Amino acid sequence: MIGLMSGNEAVALGAVEAGLSYASGYPGTPSTEILERLAEFGNDVIAEWAPNEKVALECAIGASIAGGRALAAMKMVGVNVAADPLFSVAYSGVNGGLVLVSGDDPGLHSSQNEQDNRYYAPFAKVPMLEPSDSQEAHDMARAAFAISETYDAPVLLRLTTRVCHSKSLVVTGDREKTVRRPYARNVAKYGLVPGNARALRANLELKMKRLAEFAEKTDLNRVEWNGRTLGVIASGMGYQYARELFGEQASYLKLGFTHPLPVGLIRAFAARVEKLYVIEELGPYLEDQVRLLGIACIGKDQIPPMYELNPSILSKSLLSKAAPTVECDITAAPPRPPVLCAGCPHRGFFVELGKIARRQKTMIAGDIGCYALGLAPPLEAQDLLICMGAAPSVGHGAQRVFDKFAEGTRVVATFGDSTFFHTGIASLLNLVYNNSNVIVCILDNRITAMTGQQDNPGTGVTLQGAPTKEANIEAVVRGLGIDHVRVVNPMDLREVRQALKWAFALNTPSVIVTKWPCVLKALHGTEKAKYAHKYRNVAVRDGTCNGCRTCLRIGCPAISFDADRERASIDQTICVGCEVCSQVCGSDAIVTGELAHA
Amino acid sequence: MPDVTSVVFVGVGGQGTILVTSIFSLGLVAAGYDVKTSEIHGLSQRGGSVNAHVRFGRKVHSPIVGDGGADVLVAFEVVEALRGLPFLKPGGRLIVNNLEIAPSPVLTGRMKYPKGVIQLLSSKVDTTVVNAHDIAMGLGNVRVMNLVLLGTLVEAIGLGNIAWGAIIASTVKKDLVDINIAAFKAGRRTIAHHHQAA
Repeated sequence: MIGLMSGNEAVALGAVEAGLSYASGYPGTPSTEILERLAEFGNDVIAEWAPNEKVALECAIGASIAGGRALAAMKMVGVNVAADPLFSVAYSGVNGGLVLVSGDDPGLHSSQNEQDNRYYAPFAKVPMLEPSDSQEAHDMARAAFAISETYDAPVLLRLTTRVCHSKSLVVTGDREKTVRRPYARNVAKYGLVPGNARALRANLELKMKRLAEFAEKTDLNRVEWNGRTLGVIASGMGYQYARELFGEQASYLKLGFTHPLPVGLIRAFAARVEKLYVIEELGPYLEDQVRLLGIACIGKDQIPPMYELNPSILSKSLLSKAAPTVECDITAAPPRPPVLCAGCPHRGFFVELGKIARRQKTMIAGDIGCYALGLAPPLEAQDLLICMGAAPSVGHGAQRVFDKFAEGTRVVATFGDSTFFHTGIASLLNLVYNNSNVIVCILDNRITAMTGQQDNPGTGVTLQGAPTKEANIEAVVRGLGIDHVRVVNPMDLREVRQALKWAFALNTPSVIVTKWPCVLKALHGTEKAKYAHKYRNVAVRDGTCNGCRTCLRIGCPAISFDADRERASIDQTICVGCEVCSQVCGSDAIVTGELAHA
Repeated sequence: MPDVTSVVFVGVGGQGTILVTSIFSLGLVAAGYDVKTSEIHGLSQRGGSVNAHVRFGRKVHSPIVGDGGADVLVAFEVVEALRGLPFLKPGGRLIVNNLEIAPSPVLTGRMKYPKGVIQLLSSKVDTTVVNAHDIAMGLGNVRVMNLVLLGTLVEAIGLGNIAWGAIIASTVKKDLVDINIAAFKAGRRTIAHHHQAA
């Protein structure tokens, strides 16, 4: 079969063709669709969302030890969470082939940092593959399982946003029969007590040596010879951009297997060309190794070591030739930052929390998810965002210091249902254990929303659609030892206001759960009855708006202000009728179900 | 047309650029081109500026273009056309939806939506203005304005001979096939009018 598909779909298909038995992951842009595609294979492949990336990789390791071919997929920052099992499984090795897919995000399209996960390969001592389009993503996913089993090593399959979310033509192959290697108890291999680990440590060096020999002969690394004037060593998207820029004016050493690197190939290629470029996105991963061999090259001295590359950037940095553009001043274009959707259940909560933050000394710790949009004006109801599940713990440290210096600032931590399950539970337990008084708000929108509506332990549905136990956030929180818990409907601003007032008056840890589904969520059977809000359009009644602009402070994309007529208006094509605006309006100008609006 | 043709779609998250990219690229594959597309998911989709790239030809390497790399820029919104203009090659072609969507700094009154953007753009590049919003409203579903713009694009670059109807039918929801095809055809007619007028 030949078809146009994304790198993520291609990885899923390649893995299935290789006889994949088990896959686990945690949603994260740009990696999310790998598990979603695998889930479509029904009974053939077990595909699961885990609460976090560490759990996902650990599950895949277990599946591998039991003899199945297994895969874990996550975004690059997720690999940090999964680093603990990664470094261990490098020692133990595998039984069934084991592949860890890392989706890196050069350009920080949807991430809090821009880390280059290629450095994990030498750090953890695992082999690494770097595809540069969907066909390679497919082929390398397939090859990775064979490499993993042959060399008894977990394989890091490192993608980037433009590999994951670009589509190109893929020729797929036949499916191998799903085989399971027999499991036999082997404590010396899988029991990483120091005595065993010490022996495995030495064995790991031998494995890397054998993999280095493999790197020299595998066709995952190849030379495209076009003459000796110009040579390019490249991997991943760097290769595609280089091809675009130099075409057949250069020879290429295209590296797909990039740890351990093929030192012999690199030396031989460099010796044959007069001028050598090393072209890669983000850090000088390849270049540093080339230079260590004593080979002179042009690389990060001219190519930016950060953000995404593209052919125009390469042309500018390597040839000092900027592509001509249309001369026009574009600074008049106002910025268009992303915003909370019309009808988002986070909006009402942030409106009320923001009011408190403007009145009294407050620090609001945020987290990873749609609610990060609460940082921006006009809501401005978050002060910081560090990493996933961190809001209560960062908040606790801050509260401790504020209290120590009698500063009088109160800390509020806000995060979501999926981040609570991810690593937030441990952060919350820490508050209880250390007698904190941080106010924790769990914005439970019944879904993992930002990455595109993935189920999680709180939704009652698995990745493959099976009904399952719905984790009860309130019960978990109480079980941790937090006695002050309130569940509120964030669409009702009075309820939110009262709950916040109640929490601010307490001096022990408290939790407010705001429970209302994401406006984009397709509600399942019981949810429809539970969250029955009559979404009817709301409108500004003629002649009643006094132009106070209070409704503009809720940051709803449906509400705008007509400066000439001194009145607000609501775009009926965007409004979903959540009625947050009509609750903030002081002059009852916004009414429900009445299209009196001109 | 050059060896590889590059089209960049710009718009506002939620306007349906991803669907258009998908239909357009499937048509190109059916016509025998090598095709690469690229789009961004996640945070940036929440009502922010979005762009998607489609490149096709005999052999395509990069799935994206940088500044000055696009032969055609298709803008789903007026200010996004201005923001996306650096993508366009001098001599390239701009197709712009005559629709203004106020970004949040404008909605809250902190900034003003700029005036005269279409006139400015028309004075700089070969510009086709499409009333895709009005056409879609006329058809009874404002959301199909993306297919109107696709129709205009296809006509503008002379790819009308591909079996677009079948591709649209295989891509969109069954009950929306007719209206999407109608929108696509209406988009194609806009360019014919444009040329007659010129």
